[in-house]
Amino acid sequence: MPMTISEKILAAHCDRTHVTPGELIEARLDFVFANDITGPMAFRVFKEAGGERVFDPQRVAMIPDHFVPNKDIASAIQAKELREFALAQQLPHYFEVGRMGIEHVLLPEQGLVLPGDVIIGADSHTCTYGALGAFATGVGSTDLGAALVTGKTWFRVPESIRFVYRGEPGAWIGGKDLILYTIGRIGVDGARYKAMEFTGPLIEHLPMSDRFTMSNMAIEAGAKVGIIAPDAVTEAYVRGRAKRAYTFHRSDEDAAYEAVHEWDLSGLEPQVACPHLPENVKGVSELREIRIDQSVIGSCTNGRLEDLRVAASILKGRKVAPHVRCIVIPGTPEVCRRALDEGLYQVFMDAEAVISTPTCGPCLGGYMGILAAGERAVSTTNRNFVGRMGHAESEVYLASPAVAAASAVAGRIAHPDEI
Amino acid sequence: MTIRGTIWKFGNDVDTDVIIPARYLNTSDPEELARHCMEDADPAFVGKVKPGDILLAGKNFGCGSSREHAPVAIKGARVGLVIAESFARIFYRNAFNIGLPILESAEAAAQIGEGDDVEVDIETGVIVDHTTGKRYQATAIPPFMRELLAAGGLVPYVRRQRQQAAG
Repeated sequence: MPMTISEKILAAHCDRTHVTPGELIEARLDFVFANDITGPMAFRVFKEAGGERVFDPQRVAMIPDHFVPNKDIASAIQAKELREFALAQQLPHYFEVGRMGIEHVLLPEQGLVLPGDVIIGADSHTCTYGALGAFATGVGSTDLGAALVTGKTWFRVPESIRFVYRGEPGAWIGGKDLILYTIGRIGVDGARYKAMEFTGPLIEHLPMSDRFTMSNMAIEAGAKVGIIAPDAVTEAYVRGRAKRAYTFHRSDEDAAYEAVHEWDLSGLEPQVACPHLPENVKGVSELREIRIDQSVIGSCTNGRLEDLRVAASILKGRKVAPHVRCIVIPGTPEVCRRALDEGLYQVFMDAEAVISTPTCGPCLGGYMGILAAGERAVSTTNRNFVGRMGHAESEVYLASPAVAAASAVAGRIAHPDEI
Repeated sequence: MTIRGTIWKFGNDVDTDVIIPARYLNTSDPEELARHCMEDADPAFVGKVKPGDILLAGKNFGCGSSREHAPVAIKGARVGLVIAESFARIFYRNAFNIGLPILESAEAAAQIGEGDDVEVDIETGVIVDHTTGKRYQATAIPPFMRELLAAGGLVPYVRRQRQQAAG
């Protein structure tokens, strides 16, 4: 019986030859994690469910990345709870400040999440690892707390929607533009409960960093996972990092899809999602009058080395506009080190951008770049809901690192070619 | 179980940042979270809502973050039930896991008005709008979710499974 990649991975994790969309299964989990916001709530569930030891300390990570380095006393208490749980459970994959990175940049980089895995994390952007060919999805703290005890969770096998990307898009187009275009086409509930499967010639030529960006935002279309079949690009990324064995799965040629969207993106220009939903997508040239106060380059969506290189290529030899705060947030210590070694820090500092420690920080309105009423940001992050980055009367425009860097220089939303 | 209360109506795609803004996520205390429930959509909401009242919304309620703080804040604000045309996936799981009743009905979401006096039978999914006299039938809760509800949520369900495995 033909299956999609998502169905094959789920079948392999419940000892079945095949699974069918709509049925409920209990799947073994290869990796489970939480952060400083969702962990403390999960630990209470872990204890209530009768948990004493986590199911397998090697398959659990605790990552204080949202409000850490601690932004206030309440955040310090939550981070302390995470640290104490990791210590009590003797978890080898606890990442203290200095080793900590944004979870969805860090875990793939460390080779802890791998192709063929079933992964849950108490964070909605856990779907990022679909880029590796893993079935990875976000859950709440109760599901996570229970999974820490059992190493299993239940899933409704999702229907799959296939996206085929073709054509020759314009310069500066990357994974961010492809996924914003997709969300703009299908809407923020266009893939609700479904598995999105990204395929086609454009995906085959996409580097891992851009693939992570695409899978990361599958949740912004309501999807359970956003998966890409692993190939030579995946193998090159995973080899040398993987801490465990891994498996490549592919969809069968005759697998069943609920829908197939095939798009020719020739001539596509950089995409921007306008307030206050990620589906409000326009071409950058329609937004050239929009003046900005802040530009954020980072996050689990676009905080990888390749993202910083693109931003630096535009900022090199230029200055951030006088009225703009440009905040660069590398995703992990490894990204920081390599950006420093390559001279990117020098470029950012010469441009008068500021460089932060790795943190989710401003993306969810935590700290490190909160907006006042009436202020407007261009951001490489993933959500532009009301109040997402600060005051309920502030605005966020989502875009690629290229557009965010160009806009920082122009002081308004700008196409990189204008700079 | 029957719930009767006043309707508070919201639109489509109510996201978890609106339900509970992340600036309040430095705690997981239900009372504290409840104080800021729906704050960025209606700052006066928490002061107006009464125990057992009903949230009514359009499609994709609870989209965005996986934060369980969102259903916890709604439950903490003593809201009895959420009715929507549809729910985002993670919110749907979280609501069942923490015991916040939710029902899906496109007709009810479209037709029931703000301030209506509505009575809901959670088990049968029958929704009665006493203001208009209209009745609606919500989508049946999937069997596994019923099992979870019957067990009292995911935690007792897991505890029982472990006891059975050990016994």
